[in-house]
Amino acid sequence: MNGPLKRAALACLVMFGLLMINVNYLQTVRAEGLRSDSRNFRNFYDRYEIDRGRITAGNKVLAESVDTGSNDFRFERKYPGGKVYAPITGYFAPESERDMELAENSLLNGTSADLLIRRSLDLFSAKQSKGANVDLTINPKAQEAAYKALGASGKKGALVAIEPKTGAILAMVSIPTYDPNLLSKANKDTVNQAYNKLDKDPDKPLVNRAIERSYPPGSTFKVVTLSAYLESDDTIGPETQVNAPTVLDLPNTTDDLPNSGGAACGSGRVTLSFALEQSCNTPFAQMGMDLGYDAIQEQAKKYGIGGEPLEIPLPVAGSSIGKREDQAALAMTSIGQRSNQMTPLQMAMVAAGIANNGVVMKPYLVNKIADSEGDEIQSADPEELSTATSEDTARKLKEMMINVVAKGTATAAQVPGVTVAGKTGTAETATGQAPHAWFISFAPAEDPKVALALIVESGSAGGEASGGHTAAPIAKSVIEAVLGK
Amino acid sequence: MSTPSAEPVLLPAKRRVAQLAMLAFAVVIVMIAYANVGLAIDDKIPSGMLTYGLGLGGLMLAAYLVLAKFAPWADPLILPLVTLINGLGLVMIYRLEQAGAFGASASTQLLWTAIGVVMFSVTLIVLRDHRALQRLTYTAGAVGLFLLISPLLPFIGVEENGARIWIGIPGVGQLQPAEFAKLALIVFFAGYLVAKRDVLALAGRRLLFIDLPRARDLGPVLITWGLSLGVLIMQKDLGSSLLIFGTFIAMLYIATQRTSWVLIGILLFIGGAILAGLLFDHVYARFEVFLDPGNKELYARELGGSEQLMQGLFSMASGGIFGTGLGQGHPDLIPLAISDFIFPATGEELGLAGLMALLMVYALLVERGLRTSIAARDPFSKLLAGGLSFILAWQVFIIVGGVTNLIPLTGLVTPFMSQGGSALLANWILIALLVRMSDAARKPPPQAIQDEGMTQVFQR
Repeated sequence: MNGPLKRAALACLVMFGLLMINVNYLQTVRAEGLRSDSRNFRNFYDRYEIDRGRITAGNKVLAESVDTGSNDFRFERKYPGGKVYAPITGYFAPESERDMELAENSLLNGTSADLLIRRSLDLFSAKQSKGANVDLTINPKAQEAAYKALGASGKKGALVAIEPKTGAILAMVSIPTYDPNLLSKANKDTVNQAYNKLDKDPDKPLVNRAIERSYPPGSTFKVVTLSAYLESDDTIGPETQVNAPTVLDLPNTTDDLPNSGGAACGSGRVTLSFALEQSCNTPFAQMGMDLGYDAIQEQAKKYGIGGEPLEIPLPVAGSSIGKREDQAALAMTSIGQRSNQMTPLQMAMVAAGIANNGVVMKPYLVNKIADSEGDEIQSADPEELSTATSEDTARKLKEMMINVVAKGTATAAQVPGVTVAGKTGTAETATGQAPHAWFISFAPAEDPKVALALIVESGSAGGEASGGHTAAPIAKSVIEAVLGK
Repeated sequence: MSTPSAEPVLLPAKRRVAQLAMLAFAVVIVMIAYANVGLAIDDKIPSGMLTYGLGLGGLMLAAYLVLAKFAPWADPLILPLVTLINGLGLVMIYRLEQAGAFGASASTQLLWTAIGVVMFSVTLIVLRDHRALQRLTYTAGAVGLFLLISPLLPFIGVEENGARIWIGIPGVGQLQPAEFAKLALIVFFAGYLVAKRDVLALAGRRLLFIDLPRARDLGPVLITWGLSLGVLIMQKDLGSSLLIFGTFIAMLYIATQRTSWVLIGILLFIGGAILAGLLFDHVYARFEVFLDPGNKELYARELGGSEQLMQGLFSMASGGIFGTGLGQGHPDLIPLAISDFIFPATGEELGLAGLMALLMVYALLVERGLRTSIAARDPFSKLLAGGLSFILAWQVFIIVGGVTNLIPLTGLVTPFMSQGGSALLANWILIALLVRMSDAARKPPPQAIQDEGMTQVFQR
C-alpha cells in the first residue's frame, strides 16, 4: 500500500503548495488593491494610529493629537484654537483632511521622506514615531483681535495681515467659520452630518473667504491704477493736478460715471492726493482710459494679480482685472468694478508691496517645521515675488495713503502715535444691493510692520456700509494688536 | 531461516528529551505571543498570562507524561506541533476577545483544550492496541451514521445560523456530532476497505477501461458514504460533505491502488457540484461569491453574500508580509473571526511570514502522520493512519483554500485553531490515534533473545 500512500502524500504536498502560493499572492501581489479598498475600514482606523504633529502659532497650540488610549481610535485630533483658526488649520476628518492639515499632511503624519532619519532613529530607540510639528507665521494676538473686530455685530468677511518685509502672514480671518473639532471626530456618520449641515449653510462657513473667494475690490483698486499712472511719468506727484468732474461721460455708451453718491470732487480740478483722499471716481476712471488696458494689466500683474496661482501652502484662488473690453469697461475696471475680482490676500499683497518700497514678497504661512525632537526640517525663506513699482512711486503712494487716513475717508483707522496709511473701498455688487466695504492699510508708515486688507461682505454691515465707516475701524484694532498698542 | 546476524539491530530513537524540549519551546512561543498581545493592547503583560501559561504548560506536560508512559515509541514531533497550533489558536481567540469580537472566549477554549488533552490521554490509556478498532468496523459505521443523523432528531437537535448540525446535551452545552462522526466513518472505511480490498481490486467486470468491482463488495461502503453525504447536504453542511467525500475517495485509492477511483471520484464530484449548484440556491451563491467576491452587489447581499470573505481578504492584505503584530491589527472586523476565519485573522497580525510558518506546521503534522502510515506494519494501520492524516490535510485545504478564495468557501473549522469544543475534542482524539499507531510502527520488532533456530520467543 506504500505506493498509493506516497502518491497521497504527494497530493497533500500539492495542496499545501497551492495554499502557500495563494497566500503569497494575496499578501503581496493583491495586497495593495485590497488594502486601499473603500470597504476596508482599516484605512479609517489607521488614520488614528498616527500621532500627528502639532500645528502651532508661536506658543499657542492650534491643533494637536490627543492619546485617547482606545484601541480603535488611538489619537484624536483636537483644535484648541477652534473657530478662530479653522480657516488656516483646516481639520482632520475620518476620510479626508483640509487646509494646513492637507497641505503639510505628509510631514504632520510623519510619512514624508524628509522624516526618514527621524523614523529610523525612532525605530532603533523603540520610540513611537510622531509626525513633525508645523509652526505658523500667525500672530495669535492679531488673529484674535481681527476675529473679534471683524466678527462683531454679525458681520461677515475676511482679513489678511502680512509682514511687508517678508511676506509672512500674521493674521488670516474668515467669518463666518466653523468649529474644526466637530469635523475631526472619529465617527464617519457624525462628521458627515456636521459637514453636510455646514456645507448647506447659505453663509458658506467652510469657505475661507481670505483666499478662496474673490470680490470686486472697489476703490482700493485705485492704488493700482494710480501706481500705473505714477510709473508712466516720473514728474507726476501727489500735488499733480487732475480733472475731477462730478460726472464722467463713458464713451460709446449712454451711461455716465458719477462720483460716490453723485458728489462733486472738490472744484473739479484737484490734486492727485485729494482725489485719493476723497476717493473720487472720475479722475481714476479717466486715468485708466488714458493709460489703456495693457498698462493697467501690466501694473496689476506686477502686484501678482493674474499670475501663477499662489500656494501659501494653502492654494489661493486667482485674482483678475477681467478681460479686455471697451473703454467704458476699462473705466469701471480702473475703479475696481466690472469684472475686477480680487481675493483679500491679493489686496493685502498690494498694500504690502507699497509698504515694502514697491517690492512684493511672496506670502507664506509656515514659519518652520521641526520633527518631534525639535530638529528643524524646513524654515521659511522670504522670497521676492515681483517688483511692483519703483521706490519713488512707492514713496509717493505711501504719502497719499497716509493722507487718506490723516484727513480723507479713513480717519476711523487712525491709531494715536502711529502713522497709518490706507485706502478705503466700497464695492458695488449688484444694483439695489448693499456694497462690500473694503480697507487696505499698512503701519507704521515710516517702517511698516504690518500690511493688511479686509472686506466686510455686502449686507452684513447694513445698507450704508462703506470702507471708511465699516472696514477702517477693524483695521485699527489689528494694527494696534500687531504693534502692541 | 537464517540465523540472526551478530551485529545489534539499530533501534529507532525514542527522543523523549527532544520531545520535551520541543514541547517547552512550543509553550514558550505561545507565552511570548500572549505577552505580545497584552503589551500591544494595554502596554502591560496580560494579568491572566500566568494562568494561561501554567494551564497550557501543565496540560501539555500531562499529555507528555501519558504519552511517555503509554506510547513511548511515538513520533516525538506530533505533540509539540499540535501544541503550537492549539496555543496559537488560543492566543488569537484571546486577542479577539480583547477586541470584543462576538462570542470569543479564550477561557472556554482553554477549558476545551483541557478536555481535549484528557480525551487524548484516555484514548492512549484505554486503546493499547489500535487494531482493536478493526473489530469494531461495522459498529463504527453505525455510530458514525447515527452521529450524523442525530442533529436532525427531535428534542436533541438544535438549529443555529440556518444549519442544523448541533445537538444539545443538558448541562453540558452543544456539540457538533459531525466532528466525531468523521472519525468513526474513517475507522469504518479503513476496516471495511482492508477486509475487502482484494475483492475490490480483483473481482469484477471491466467496463471500458475501468475495472468495476462487484456491487455486493462495494455496496455497504457506498451506502454509508451516500447516506453521510445525503445527511450533510440536508443539513446544508457543505464543508463536512466535501471533507468526507474527499477522504473516502483518497482511502479507496490507497486501499485498491486504482487510479480509476480517483477519476470516478473527481467526475462524480464535478457532476454533483454542478447539480447541487443548479438545485440549491445556497450552493449557487457560494459559486457566485467565489468567482467575483469583490462585486458590490454580492458584497451587500444579506444571505450568502461575500462580505465575510472580503473582510478576510482585506485582513490578510492589511497584514502584508510581516503582519501588523499581535494586538495591533483589526482582525475583529471580520465577522465570526473566531471560527472559520481565524486563518485570515492570524494572517493580518502575523503576516505572510506567520502564515507560511503556520502552514508549514500543519504540513509537518500531516507529514508525520503519513510517515506513520508508511511505517505501519499492518494494512489496517496503514489505511487508518493514511486516512486520518489525509483528512487533516484535506480539512486545512478546504477551509484555508475557502477563506483565501482559492476554492469556493464551505464552512469548516481550522483544525486546533478555531474556537469550538467538538472539533477540538475530535481532533485531539485523532492525534491520539496517530500517536498510538506511530508508537506501534516505531516500536522495535520483537527480537530473538537467543539463537533458537526455528523457534522464536516474543517479547510481550
